[in-house]
Amino acid sequence: MRRSPSRRGSAYALTALLVAGLFFGLFFFYPLARILLRGLDFSALDSSAFLLTSHSLLFTFYQALLSTLLTLAFGLPAAFLFARFDFRGRGFLRLLTAIPFMLPTVVVAAGFNAWLGPRGWLNIVLMRLFGLDAPPVAFVGTLGAILAAHVFYNMTIVIRLVGNVLARLDPRLEQAARSLGADSRQVFWRLTLPLLLPSLLAASLLVFLFDFTSFGVVLLLGGPQFATLEVEIYLQAIQLFNLPLAVWLSLIQLLCTLLFSVAYTRLVTRAAVTVQPRPAPAHPPRTFTQRLFVLTSSFLLLAFYFLPLASLPLRSLTRLEADLGQRGQVRYGLTTDYYEELFVNRRGSIFYVPPVQALINSLGYASLTILLSLGIGFPAAAALARPGRLTRLLDPLLILPLGASAVTLGLGYILAFGRFLTSPWLVPLAHTMIALPFVIRTIQPVLASIPDRLREAAATLGASPAETRRRVDWPLARRAVLSAGVFAFTVSLGEFGATALVSRPEYPTLPMAIYRFLSQPGGLNYGQAMAMATVLMLVTGAGILLIEKLRLPGAGEF
Amino acid sequence: MLTLENLHKSYNSRPLLSGISFSVPAGETVCLLGASGSGKSTLLRIIAGLETPEAGRVLWDGADLASVPAHERNFGLFFQDYALFPHLSVEENVAFGLRMQGVPEREIGLRVANIIKQINLEGFEKRRVAELSGGEQQRVALARMLAPRPRLLMFDEPLGALDRVLKDDLLDELRRILRESGAPAIYVTHDQAEAFAIADRVLLLHEGRVIQDGSPAEVTANPVSAWAAHFLGLGNLLEGEVRMVTPEGWLVLTPAGEFIVGCGHSHRAGEKVNLLVRRERVRAAPEGRLRSRVADVVFQQSGFRVSLENGLVFRLDEAPKVGEEIRLELFPSAVQCLP
Repeated sequence: MRRSPSRRGSAYALTALLVAGLFFGLFFFYPLARILLRGLDFSALDSSAFLLTSHSLLFTFYQALLSTLLTLAFGLPAAFLFARFDFRGRGFLRLLTAIPFMLPTVVVAAGFNAWLGPRGWLNIVLMRLFGLDAPPVAFVGTLGAILAAHVFYNMTIVIRLVGNVLARLDPRLEQAARSLGADSRQVFWRLTLPLLLPSLLAASLLVFLFDFTSFGVVLLLGGPQFATLEVEIYLQAIQLFNLPLAVWLSLIQLLCTLLFSVAYTRLVTRAAVTVQPRPAPAHPPRTFTQRLFVLTSSFLLLAFYFLPLASLPLRSLTRLEADLGQRGQVRYGLTTDYYEELFVNRRGSIFYVPPVQALINSLGYASLTILLSLGIGFPAAAALARPGRLTRLLDPLLILPLGASAVTLGLGYILAFGRFLTSPWLVPLAHTMIALPFVIRTIQPVLASIPDRLREAAATLGASPAETRRRVDWPLARRAVLSAGVFAFTVSLGEFGATALVSRPEYPTLPMAIYRFLSQPGGLNYGQAMAMATVLMLVTGAGILLIEKLRLPGAGEF
Repeated sequence: MLTLENLHKSYNSRPLLSGISFSVPAGETVCLLGASGSGKSTLLRIIAGLETPEAGRVLWDGADLASVPAHERNFGLFFQDYALFPHLSVEENVAFGLRMQGVPEREIGLRVANIIKQINLEGFEKRRVAELSGGEQQRVALARMLAPRPRLLMFDEPLGALDRVLKDDLLDELRRILRESGAPAIYVTHDQAEAFAIADRVLLLHEGRVIQDGSPAEVTANPVSAWAAHFLGLGNLLEGEVRMVTPEGWLVLTPAGEFIVGCGHSHRAGEKVNLLVRRERVRAAPEGRLRSRVADVVFQQSGFRVSLENGLVFRLDEAPKVGEEIRLELFPSAVQCLP
């Protein structure tokens, strides 16, 4: 009996899923299992540890809740703005609000620092204007900074999730309600809100989850007095070498994120029922109130997003204060010193290599991440694209890592692969692990959306299975693969949480270098941090734009 | 020549095809007519090599095709929703099969230009298929199928999604193409008008079997069962009981009245039979034996469709009033008895 092509296909699929499963097992579940096993050591839980744990848990909840409420408060009007109104610069503004979501945390932290920090534009200008000795605006190091950065990051979630439903609400529903005698308030309470509620809850949960596990923003903008679970794990593991306590904190973190992820997935499956296929087209603002709303909200959004992102590159090119040890002769104004300094190896700097080496390391890690995540992710996505019992079983398993925190993963790596900590391989492996679910999620739906009939049509026209893959599958999936690759690249370049735990000081990544320079005193170190953050922002920003561009035309075609 | 031998296939462990055998010689167009879900498309997919039968053989000129994969059969299949390649232009779609055959690029250019001219798609060569209308996509699919000169042509409900006028135009064009190509063709549809318009031979598919095989005229004149007559929409169907034999034929009692059937069968009194009463073989006559009140009258191009209160429907040249009692006389050929 001849082996049927479908049977050979499922052998490929099985191998692909096995490889992906093995990778997930070894680099996700095994490290987490090591945390679980270590967590059972109760001797680490004395009263002071208990106090610290409960304190940071409470604070984590508190700041996440505040951040989520603020994100909703600002995000809902923005969602309404984008869903209902057509105005000049709408596309640009929407893109501007979407970019930070994928920007590395160090870049956002550096951006806020360059705008509102003690050495930022606002403080320097105020000091110069009024002849002050100390920065008048205390922003960095406050809870406000953490909240602002969280809103900055996650507003796009509300805009996308709620805005999409809002934009797709069938206008005839409202017309029907009105013809049945509902006034505008009743329409809102009885129609719009119930229809929006699932997406509203889903967005809130997702924002809360991200705020709950936020690491870089809290560490860089808050400082040690605002330790969330995530920051506390890092401090205990890396700075205080108290592994048992770090493990306990991770356990709590894991438990919480697992609960939120499960709640989120449940909600999303329920929310999926109310998708309305009839979009109401956005229209230009008509009444005075509408014009006022569009004008003020778009101006506020522009300022909120543009100022931190623009302050950073400007600050990296401007000398505004004396460098450390520089007295008397200080030249203010435009300078490329901070960039030139990146190539200089200064003794006394924490690195014994020039800072540009961090960029080279990061690019190397990112390239490896692309290779690994596409090499494992593409075959797995292809296998998952075919419906089957195995697929339904594995699908939710692949989603789990999305909810796990990066710092916890890093701690798991320390416990699981302690022997290999000196190896430079752990960083790209961790990055691959973080990028892989996204890569699979990007490619799988596109492959699944290619109708089987296209492959069959190719076969009846004489195309062999290999030829069909080359001429039908690949051209149709190319954009998604490219987009996934760029995504893996930007994730690797910006990854901070796991990297902070597993990277070696002699192989720093760009975000690690920025973090260290930001925490060093002196204008020169600050300027170099700005310069490196600018480079990181430009590279990842280019990647994000490329992904957006790839997404636009291809998605709706078939 | 294509020959099918006793093909079996089940779907969700229910039999879909249970023993299909027929052959299609060169130059003949066979139309598979059956309700949706009757396994017509599956049969085409088995012939194309996209699915494997559980039993039975597909033969081409006597050679078993079981070990020949789909892409080596050179059978053209027209997909119901066209399955055009969305990433390729019209021209590239049409050229696909020729590229697969390794035809030199220069010749591909000539043949593609030629066929595009034949099906009136000039000026559309560089367009993406998503930009085309349904009728235009249909033509591209046709061109793509014909370009590599397949040795068998298969059409899976090719006109399903089109409106009536477009359908008639394309049917004429399809007939011309089928005549010119000379290859055997299998055409699948659930629309009997379409089937009769295109087929040399009609095969009626029901419950996994071919229940009738004949020219459109034969199939219309002598439906093989009540189901066949119903599916083909040949007229009123009545269940009745044989009463006695009369000089003109058998007297059959039905819920709609008594009918005389002049059939050659021998019946027993009390036997249950199915009657087919043709709609158009009737005329209004004051002395007619069939009396009933008019329930509904609908204008149609060929006359009036008159529904009677006894459940029968006839086609009359003149419209009676609704509620009026009319008398009709049936021609002897109007009533047939079906097995």
